[in-house]
Amino acid sequence: MSLELRDVRKQFGRTAALDGLSLSVPRGEFLALLGPSGSGKTTLLRVVAGLEFAESGAIEIDGRSMRDVPARKRGIGLVFQHYALFRHMTVARNVAFGLEVRRRRERPAAAAIRCRVDELLELMGIGELASRYPEQISGGQRQRVALARALAIEPSLLLLDEPFGALDAKVRKNLRIWLRELHNRMGLTSIFVTHDQNEALEMADRVAVLRAGRIEQVETPDRLYAEPINAFVHEFLGESVRLECVVSDGVARFHGLCRVRLPTRCDPGPAIALLRPHEIGLLASPGPARVESVHATGPMARVRVALAGRITEVLLPEGADLPAVGESYGVDLSRARIYSAASSLY
Amino acid sequence: MTKLRHAALIALTLILMTLLLLLPLGIIFTQAFSRGWGAVVDALTDPEAMDAIRLTLMVAAVSVPLNAVCGTAAAWCIGRFQFPGRSLLTTVIELPFSVSPVISGLVWVLLFGANGWFGSWLDGHGVRIIFALPGLILATVFVTFPFVARALIPLMREQGAAEEEAALTLGATGWQTFFRVTLPNIRWALLYGVLLCNARAMGEFGAVAVVSGHIRGQTLTMPLYVEALFNDYDWVGAFSVAALLSLLALVTLGLRFLLERQMGGSRRDII
Repeated sequence: MSLELRDVRKQFGRTAALDGLSLSVPRGEFLALLGPSGSGKTTLLRVVAGLEFAESGAIEIDGRSMRDVPARKRGIGLVFQHYALFRHMTVARNVAFGLEVRRRRERPAAAAIRCRVDELLELMGIGELASRYPEQISGGQRQRVALARALAIEPSLLLLDEPFGALDAKVRKNLRIWLRELHNRMGLTSIFVTHDQNEALEMADRVAVLRAGRIEQVETPDRLYAEPINAFVHEFLGESVRLECVVSDGVARFHGLCRVRLPTRCDPGPAIALLRPHEIGLLASPGPARVESVHATGPMARVRVALAGRITEVLLPEGADLPAVGESYGVDLSRARIYSAASSLY
Repeated sequence: MTKLRHAALIALTLILMTLLLLLPLGIIFTQAFSRGWGAVVDALTDPEAMDAIRLTLMVAAVSVPLNAVCGTAAAWCIGRFQFPGRSLLTTVIELPFSVSPVISGLVWVLLFGANGWFGSWLDGHGVRIIFALPGLILATVFVTFPFVARALIPLMREQGAAEEEAALTLGATGWQTFFRVTLPNIRWALLYGVLLCNARAMGEFGAVAVVSGHIRGQTLTMPLYVEALFNDYDWVGAFSVAALLSLLALVTLGLRFLLERQMGGSRRDII
C-alpha cells in the first residue's frame, strides 16, 4: 500500500512538531526518517498511526483519507521505541493479541491463532521463547517479539520507531540486515525512524531528512550523500569540513585562501563551502595548509591541518604519501559543495 | 559502641511497639474473652450487633467499589495525561487525608441536614440523607477516596501509556485495552488500594459519627456501636465487637504484607 501526507501540521503548545510536512511513500518502499531529536520524526509516526492528531493536512493510505479513522482501524503495525510489550502476557499471548481482540466474526479460531503465532515466532527466529515473559528475554529478542506482534495483524504499513535505539552495537548490526531482508521477503511497506545516519543510509530505499517538523530532502541514500540539498543535510549526513566564503560573479572566494577560486551556481553573497574530509586533496606543492599532526593507523591516514585560521581534518586516500608535520601544503577544494549562507541558517 | 547503640535503639523500638500497639491489641482480646467464648458469641449475635455488622458491610459494599472505580479513573487521568489543573487535581484527591474526619462528616450535614442548603428541598421530597444510610455512605466515600487513587498514580505514571497505545494500534477497543492491558498491569496496586480503602471504610468513626445520629439498630456502624456499648458499661459487648474489628485489621495487615511482596517482586501473571 502507499502512504501520502500533504501539508500536515501538528502543534505542541507553541512549537510546531510538524510544520506543513508533505511526503509520499510508494508501495513496497523501505523509507528512513532521519533527523536530530526534536525534529518531529516520532510525532510523524504517531500521527500516521493515529495516536496523535494533526491540526491540518491530509493523510491518505491507498488514496483513502485517514481523517476519521481511529488508530485501531488503520491496520498499521507500530513497533515502539521501547517495544511496549504487554508485560503480564507471555510472548505468544503478546503476538496473539491483535488477533484475539478482533470481533468474533473476523476472529480466527483459537487453533488458527496459535498456528499463526507459532509461524510468526518461527519467522522471527524466536520460536522457543513462546512461553516466556517479556522481562525474561533480551532486548534484541523483545524487539523481534514487538515486530511479530505488529506483523500478526498483517498491517498494510509497518512503522518502526528507533527500532535499534535500545540495542548494543553488535546486535544492532545483525538486526539491521535481518530486518531489511524481512521487509523484502514479506513485501511490506515500512517507515522507520532513526537519528543514526549510517543506519538510514545503509538500510533504506529512500531517506527523508527532517528538521524542525519539515522535510529537507527525500532521496535515495547514494544521491542524498552525493548531493545534499543544503548545508544542514550535508552536515547531518556525516563528518563535514565547513569553510566560509563569498560568492560573486559565479566564483567563490575564500577568506585567507586568496588563490582558491571555485566556480559555483550559488547565489551571490556570503556562502558556506562543505566537504567530506576525504574530499579535500593535499597537494605536493607548498600552500596555505600547515600540517599539525598525522595519524596513520587504519586504511586512511587522518591529517589535521591548520587551514584559513581553523583546524581541519583531512582523510588521505590509501597509499598516499604522508605529509610532514610542520610543513605547509597546497589544498584542492574543487569537490566542495557551496551553499548560500542565507539558506543555511539554523 | 555503635553496636550497643543499635541494640539500645532496637530495644526501645520494641518496648514502644509492645506498649503502644501489642498491649492494647492484647487487651482488646483478653477483655472480650474475659467471660469466655459464650459471652462473645452472645454479644456478636445480639440483634443490634448484627444490625451494626450488616450496616458496616453495606456501607463498605457500596463505598469501596465506588471508590475503586472513581479512584482508578482519577489515577488514569492523572497518570496518563498532561492537562491544565493536573497537579491541583492530585492535591484535591489527597484533601480527605488532610481534613479532620469530623469536618468530612460536617460538610454533608451542612449540605443535606435539616437546616442545610438542600435540607428543606430533600425533606419536601421525603428523601433522608443525614441520619440515614446515604449519609453514612457519603461520609465514608469522602474519607476513603484517596486510598485507591494514591496506590495507583505513581505506578501508572511509571508505566506510561505505551502498552495501551500498542493495544490500540493492534485493533483493540478502549474497553478491551482497559480490561486486557491497563487493569492487569495495575491489579496488585489496585487490590492494595481497595484493601486499605475497605479497612478504613469499615473502621471509620469520626465522619460517620457526625452524620449517623446514633439511632440504634438503624444508623450505628460497628465502630459507633462499640462506642455506644462502651458508654453503657457493656465491656464484654464493646470489646467483642472491637475484637472483630481488630481481626479485620489483622487480616488487612497480613494481606497487605503479601501484596507488597507481590508488587515488589515480578509483576507477571501468577495465574
